[in-house]
Amino acid sequence: MTTTKSSRPTPDATLARIRKRCGEGFFSVSSHLDNLRLHVPPEKLVELTTRLRDEFGFHLTELGGADYLGYPGRSSASHRFEVHYVLLNYETAERLILKTGVSDPDPVLPTLVPVWAGADWLEREVFDMYGIVFQGHPDLRRILMPEDFRSFPLRKDYPLRGRGERHNFERVTREDS
Amino acid sequence: MPVNLLDEPDIQAENRDYHWTLNFGPQHPATHTTLRLLLELEGETILNAIPDIGYLHSGFEKLGEHLNLNQYVTVVDRKNYISPPMNEVAWHNAVEKLLEIEITPRCKYIRVMIGELARISDHLLCTGAAALDLGAFTAFLYAFNLREMIYDIYEEMSGYRFHPGYTRTGGVMFDFTERVTGRIEKFLVTLPKILADMEKLLFRNKIFLERMRGVGVLTKADAIAYCASGPIARASGVTYDLRKDEPYLAYADFDFSVPYATEGDCYARFHVRMEEMVQSARILRQALDKFPGGPVNVPIAEKFPMPDKGTTYGSMEGLIQHFELVMPNRGFQTSVNEVYAAVEGPSGELGYYLICDGTQVAWRTRTRPPAFIHFQLFPHLIRNHMISDIVAVLGSLNIIAAELDR
Repeated sequence: MTTTKSSRPTPDATLARIRKRCGEGFFSVSSHLDNLRLHVPPEKLVELTTRLRDEFGFHLTELGGADYLGYPGRSSASHRFEVHYVLLNYETAERLILKTGVSDPDPVLPTLVPVWAGADWLEREVFDMYGIVFQGHPDLRRILMPEDFRSFPLRKDYPLRGRGERHNFERVTREDS
Repeated sequence: MPVNLLDEPDIQAENRDYHWTLNFGPQHPATHTTLRLLLELEGETILNAIPDIGYLHSGFEKLGEHLNLNQYVTVVDRKNYISPPMNEVAWHNAVEKLLEIEITPRCKYIRVMIGELARISDHLLCTGAAALDLGAFTAFLYAFNLREMIYDIYEEMSGYRFHPGYTRTGGVMFDFTERVTGRIEKFLVTLPKILADMEKLLFRNKIFLERMRGVGVLTKADAIAYCASGPIARASGVTYDLRKDEPYLAYADFDFSVPYATEGDCYARFHVRMEEMVQSARILRQALDKFPGGPVNVPIAEKFPMPDKGTTYGSMEGLIQHFELVMPNRGFQTSVNEVYAAVEGPSGELGYYLICDGTQVAWRTRTRPPAFIHFQLFPHLIRNHMISDIVAVLGSLNIIAAELDR
């Protein structure tokens, strides 16, 4: 079967529709080619994503974090971490990127697991790599790094070669394993 | 297809003494790579499976923040190592979208071709290994033998068999020669024969069908909620294919169909992959027929591609450009911007969230790894099945541990 979505709405049309239905003022917009980014405050995130899912048919495809410590053009007042949520509408092939900022020393964001079950591991990975806590997550544990690892390796202040964790791993011998 | 499920056991119950806990992996022949599962069993029925991943975590995303945009292509190769060129196409697709480079038509066709070859190579391994795990050894050998021809094509085009590292910002490393297209022609003659053999071996193989049908059913609603994509989502009725719905490269030029199924079980996923190989072969055939001439890289004036030897030693501009690119503190201009770009990988949407800070080295190279996203479906799919169904479900999800753990 061929399913061409020939009438794929432009990012501007998508934005206009969201503005009309959800109001404006609580988010700011940036874009690059067909990437449309809405910068949303954390407290509005669950409400907005739920509405985007139920009223607009958007679904999560990608979730990831980034550390902007020392990024050019960023003032000290802006957020250190940002989490992006790439949403996709399977019917119209529209895409939308939500971005939420959060800062040290206590980075906390609401979880999206109740909205999309697939956010589970993706949020765990962001927690593992950046230490951002997703409040309400059912099982927020480290996922890629060992459980007893203390640092958050993708933070910009974590060195590429680590802080010697690897050399200081406890040696497990055959006798006491 | 109706599935009979046992009554949902109360896994929260106080008295769980009779439940077994079984460790599966990380080194088990049927997991193929380093995956570990903690299974909670009642008899042979799986009540719960807890995946424990990270055994192969190599910090690829951290490395991407320390290698320049062209160097990183050798690392993305090693993510889904069953289809390396597809990772390269996805990576440079993101880089070029960020830098707003329009690559030449010939380069687009080359990338379509290496991408489709990678897809066939990935599906061959996946379908072959799915059969192998269920005891059908012969089909696996046919599939694996055919993958050898694809490796020969990689070797002919780039010099490397396994990790070609073939794409570059604004083009590819070498142009396709007659010998490469000749090898693809030959491959396209062999492929239908092997697929026909595999069909004969498997499609009416009772053991294979019994172990695949009705096992690991994923509903359409769950496929969407769990962010599934690619053949796994299409086997559950989500007919989304980036090649059709958000055409990139030259996919708008080709006539092909998107196979899908609605059953959502292991057999549907297997079947969708088999049919996708046929469609990929159609794309390859059309790409060879319409293969445009002309330059393969963007002009040197755009400052992105490495000039070839003749230009480097034959012209001043070429020499300067070569110098600019090989010196560590120089290189081409990037922008302070970010982009999400995705392609249709063999196992699903393969995307990059790329952030650049204007230097040669990316600020953040987030991969959207299909294997990672699909593996979280596993506990959901395997619940209330038997231990022997693990290999069927794992095989149908096509989990590549290098991509899973990065």
